[in-house]
Amino acid sequence: MGKYIARRIFLMVPIVLGVATLSFVLMQLAPGDPAAAYLGDKATPEAVAQLRHAWGLDQPFLIQYVQFLGGLVIGDFGPSFIFQTSVLELLKLRMPATLMLMLVSVIFAVAISIPISLWVAATKSPTSAIVSRIFTATVQGMPAFFVGTLLILVLGVNTGLFPVGGYGRNLGEHLYSLVLPGIAVALTICPVLIRSLTAALNDSLSAEYTNFAMSKGLSRSKTVTNYAFRNAGITGISILGIQVGHLVGGALIVENVFAIPGAGSLLMQSVLARDYNVVQALTVVFGVLVVLVYLLTDIIYSVVDPRVRLGG
Amino acid sequence: MSVEPLASQTSPQARFTLPLPAFLRRHNLQLWIGLAIMGIIVAILAIGPLFVTADPNRQDLLNAFGPSSLAHPMGTDQLGRDILSRFLNGGRVDLMVAVIAVIVPFILGTALGALAGYFGRWVDVVIMRLADIVSAFPFYVLVIVLVFVMGNGMASIFVAISLVSWVAYARIVRGEVLVLREEEFISACRASGLSTPRILARHVVPNTVSQGIIYAMSDIVLNIGVVVTLSFFGMGIVPPTADWGQMMNDGQQYMGTGNYGLILWPGFAVVLVSLALALIGDGLTNILKPKR
Amino acid sequence: MSPESATPQPSQSQPGQAQPLLEVDSLTVDIDGEVGKHRILDDVSITLEPGEPMGLVGESGSGKSMTLRTILGMLPPAATVVDGEVRFRGRNILTSGSGRRYDQKVRGTGISMVFQEPAIALNPVMKVGRQITDAIAERKGLSKRASHDLAIELMDRVGIANPESRVSDYPFQLSGGMRQRVMIAAALAQEPEILLCDEPTTALDVTIQAQVLDLFRTMQQEKGLGLLYVTHDLAVVAQLCTSISVMKSGKIIEHGNLQRIFDEPQEDYTRRLLSATPRIDDGVQLERAT
Repeated sequence: MGKYIARRIFLMVPIVLGVATLSFVLMQLAPGDPAAAYLGDKATPEAVAQLRHAWGLDQPFLIQYVQFLGGLVIGDFGPSFIFQTSVLELLKLRMPATLMLMLVSVIFAVAISIPISLWVAATKSPTSAIVSRIFTATVQGMPAFFVGTLLILVLGVNTGLFPVGGYGRNLGEHLYSLVLPGIAVALTICPVLIRSLTAALNDSLSAEYTNFAMSKGLSRSKTVTNYAFRNAGITGISILGIQVGHLVGGALIVENVFAIPGAGSLLMQSVLARDYNVVQALTVVFGVLVVLVYLLTDIIYSVVDPRVRLGG
Repeated sequence: MSVEPLASQTSPQARFTLPLPAFLRRHNLQLWIGLAIMGIIVAILAIGPLFVTADPNRQDLLNAFGPSSLAHPMGTDQLGRDILSRFLNGGRVDLMVAVIAVIVPFILGTALGALAGYFGRWVDVVIMRLADIVSAFPFYVLVIVLVFVMGNGMASIFVAISLVSWVAYARIVRGEVLVLREEEFISACRASGLSTPRILARHVVPNTVSQGIIYAMSDIVLNIGVVVTLSFFGMGIVPPTADWGQMMNDGQQYMGTGNYGLILWPGFAVVLVSLALALIGDGLTNILKPKR
Repeated sequence: MSPESATPQPSQSQPGQAQPLLEVDSLTVDIDGEVGKHRILDDVSITLEPGEPMGLVGESGSGKSMTLRTILGMLPPAATVVDGEVRFRGRNILTSGSGRRYDQKVRGTGISMVFQEPAIALNPVMKVGRQITDAIAERKGLSKRASHDLAIELMDRVGIANPESRVSDYPFQLSGGMRQRVMIAAALAQEPEILLCDEPTTALDVTIQAQVLDLFRTMQQEKGLGLLYVTHDLAVVAQLCTSISVMKSGKIIEHGNLQRIFDEPQEDYTRRLLSATPRIDDGVQLERAT
């Protein structure tokens, strides 16, 4: 297993480097001058030139690139000019809410998807298949902000059951205010999750090993939990893992709808305010986050699947 | 008497398609229902503006949030503009952008995927590593950053979507080509001295395209989401051009006033379009999926 | 056919009662396919006496496997039993369970089955020891420790070397022959009276095949098992069974004891099957010699 994980980490390196490089190149292509933007309209050309020099923006492309990579390694993303603080500080402040939202969303997504998939796979009835298909198609077609807005409308404003924005001050309030956003984000990944889980369950329920388990006289419930679920669950882990990109995307949008002070709303603010360093840093961070979750998925998978763990 | 339907093998084919009732599959009802819904929507958006002659951008502040009337069947928005007219014209824009934005990624992805799969070795490594890097970014993050780099507007949306969406097509086509490459008729082409570009264009790509077409249906749905979402956040279609995303943003800002039409009309239209496309996609899957 | 091997003395189920062990009685099964209903079993009748090893022979698609699956109540959902009964000790198990469904209690204790491909019939992510004893452990409420020990004992009995360490292996860590032995151990864990075998050696190498067949014979004779052995290989039947049923297109076309079928086949189809298996008489000779 150690060898397997080492190999995964090794394969990850070029992707992370690529992610950093692409983020850097994109920012270089962006029009405008961060130094001028930082100093505002009234800055003298001398002051701008001075700041460009201080930030190394007058250096050749390659030198800037190396400096950028060096900064990434030590977590130095430069300053943010709207928030007048280092980007790293901003990330420390804003990332937790996003990660928390993603976590809550995963829980909701799993809680919604598993029963539906089970229902479809277990009943194998036309009704369940059609209902589930209409549900997934409908949800798939709903932009996350629209789901968020609907939830605010139905469960927030009109019933007052849940907060319609903000993040609260302590863990309890955090979780409470993340209920509606969490559902909104969860629904963005539910369709894929339901379809893949249903397929995995169909496969494991009709697998020969499940038939053999039944033929030994194992009860239906034990067979279903110990054979069908266990095996479909292992598949489910990797299905869930590859959804992380969509989770980040959903969080990014939903944070803005619910005014949650996370990294997603930070990205949107920075884009609108043209805060280069923050946009660049968040691009890298989100990209690396996805790659890390992929790695984590592989590791968990290797732990739960003996074929990988024992090097089959 | 019925023997208990236990865990068992269904036919392998049914395992990978939906367990839909046989009559649905036999007559491909999904495809027809999907096409019918889509046809109606397209017809309304195409013909509608000929009958609804109100200028979608004419403001009438005295008549803001006007109720439904003969002149304004869906009422008016916060600036007194005719909602129905904005709805019809906005829908045209969004759907057009979403459909056109499928074409370039489709061609680009199919070409790159075919090259990667057919040539293998370093061509494959370079193309697929690039795909890995692009898909490491969350879709919306990359699209938003690309719009940041290129500025708002339709052109940026096209470029941003094209730069990101080709990956899915490339992966699909590469997988198909890898299988196809080993098949006899391709070796026969090679043996008969056909040039490589000709083999690729005439024999490999046509055989892989159906999977791409199936995916394109859900890709259009994805694109509608992108266009509407970007516009919702003021990063997409530039005003004054009407668009569903902006309408919904207007609606969200004035949600407190109880005027939900601005959100709900475009929102449900988006859902309906997606539903229709999903049905068409399922229907096409039934027809085009190779029976392996 | 040698009298010694032909009538193994059943230890527990003395045929004092005139009742056969298993009667498949004019079983008819339809399957609802893409093109409509299709009859896969047509008026199939099989009678198995206690301790009798019977071969069920026919080409693929003739309904042999479906017959076994019906006996275990494990038909695919698209299939329905239109007519007929499956009586185990006189009781129609297709309907004697709760809610007039299949009687699941028969599985494992009365009838169990060895599947064709051990590579896919064992759960790839579960230790083989647990797969051998999970059913009996559930029924008898065995502790983890007890079922572990039982698994080792059962593995030892089917000739798996070093069962103490093998018990914690996963299927992919075992060879094909060993996996098949694991499946046999699992099928026999609850001492069933009938073992159904669905071409259990076709997925194995020839040398391993011989060993596994040997194991079947030993187990059958030791335990006085009723054996319903599905195969298309008449040589195998000759080594293992005392009677044969020949199936074709969902029907039993011929039935009789081994010698009679081999010496004077009634049906043309049986004759052709026999002539397609040149080693048959050698096989019978071999059987007699042992």
